[in-house]
Amino acid sequence: MQTDTAISVHGLEKSYKNVNVLKNIDFTVQKGTIFALLGSNGAGKTTTVKVLTTLLKPDSGTATVNGFDVASKPDNVRRAISLTGQFAAVDEIMTGRENLIMIAKLRYLSNPRRVADDLLRRFGLTDAADRRVSTYSGGMRRRLDIALSLVGKPQIIFLDEPTTGLDPEARIEVWKIIKELADGGTTVFLTTQYLEEAEQLADRIAILHEGRIIVNGTLSELKRLFPSPKVEYIEKQPTLEDIFLAIVGKKEGK
Amino acid sequence: MEAVKKHFFSDMGVMLGRSMRHITRSMDTIITVTIMPIALMLLFVYVFGGAIQAGTDNYVNYLLPGVLLIAIASGISYTAFRLFTDVQRGIFERFHTMPISRSTLLWGHVLTSLLSNAISVVVIILVALVMGFRSSAGILSWLAVAGILALFTLALTWVAAIAGLSAKSVDGASALSYPIIFLPFISSAFVPTESMPSVVRAFAENQPVTSIVGAIRALLSDQPVGNDIWVALAWCIGILLVAYFFAMRVYKKRV
Repeated sequence: MQTDTAISVHGLEKSYKNVNVLKNIDFTVQKGTIFALLGSNGAGKTTTVKVLTTLLKPDSGTATVNGFDVASKPDNVRRAISLTGQFAAVDEIMTGRENLIMIAKLRYLSNPRRVADDLLRRFGLTDAADRRVSTYSGGMRRRLDIALSLVGKPQIIFLDEPTTGLDPEARIEVWKIIKELADGGTTVFLTTQYLEEAEQLADRIAILHEGRIIVNGTLSELKRLFPSPKVEYIEKQPTLEDIFLAIVGKKEGK
Repeated sequence: MEAVKKHFFSDMGVMLGRSMRHITRSMDTIITVTIMPIALMLLFVYVFGGAIQAGTDNYVNYLLPGVLLIAIASGISYTAFRLFTDVQRGIFERFHTMPISRSTLLWGHVLTSLLSNAISVVVIILVALVMGFRSSAGILSWLAVAGILALFTLALTWVAAIAGLSAKSVDGASALSYPIIFLPFISSAFVPTESMPSVVRAFAENQPVTSIVGAIRALLSDQPVGNDIWVALAWCIGILLVAYFFAMRVYKKRV
């Protein structure tokens, strides 16, 4: 396998009871890039993230993260990744600082207090550092949640719908953080149902629909796949939303 | 795997630190847990007590063991609740994607349960002392009482873990303790079983609470404990093993 591949997935399948959630999924993510998995609710985005973060075992196919198989070498995978799930995974009874110190200790860092101070400053949480998280706003919680994922500088970060439920301002803040991460060399695997989010952030976009990846490419590649017939009259590029709905609609019509 | 094993105690320390914060910052739950048993104790001693023929001149001494068991039974519903919120809020998912020893997550909750129940038990004993509870027990007997109560807490905590991990709602997670809270009433905790109709009496004399209450009562009054202590230990260890087995099964299925 190539050394510049962060995540590689081949023939991945996963079902819950009788429901086939993932049907033969393939994709690769290059190191240091932002990869967006786009899809509606129930498309299988979270299941894909759970398999890649060792929370679920695949039924068949392989998934490698940072060169290690998620099913047979979960501990090696866990050393290279972190997950920010759909619900802010923070301890409400503890303060923001205590949350960060706890995770830093669980990552066996030598100076948990300093790591916490740095991240609090970076995420604009210094003033709220010693307040209980239960008093935080949704945006602050999400920032703390992402900050917790950055403790110990993991190489690959999984963000499962990181902006769902955030107000536009907080959303833009999260986007800025994600861009900074990728600029710093971190690989970001992002799921979203917001088309604009994928358009704004991702180097590569894969569209997951009913358990299959139906399109995978850069934004300009996706745009080429679907030339708008109207372009010569109104000089309007298709938005990613047009592309998404057109492709999804076509598949469903089949 | 080696690295994970090496870090077990360090991880455990972090989890225990988290637990301690949860305990010290939610004193309200400990107060809630202690108020009901204290109210029961007041009710039974000062309202019903005069009419109850327990064959003892100090009724507080007689009912204290049962009250302590009720306190522990209601205390463990908070363990189920804490576990449920951890699973629900996704913090378990975060921990599970980190290279840490997974069993420390459950053990952290178990230690929290032991500590918070120990605090409630001490508070209730202090109130009982004010109400006239006196014990002639020596240090070894007190240690034995502490041991039985700890084992009882541990057994029920693992039962609570099953509920907390498998519940679909908060109510489901904490509803489990109601039948357990009720058990002491159909035992020798408040009245001697001799006064009960035969079927109820048969149940009362053969359920775990009666032997546990009997053993603690004997230890506190410096009487010979007889068979009660062995039956009590067998019940606690039996429940502990079965509940631990099923809790682990639910946990593995859940993650």
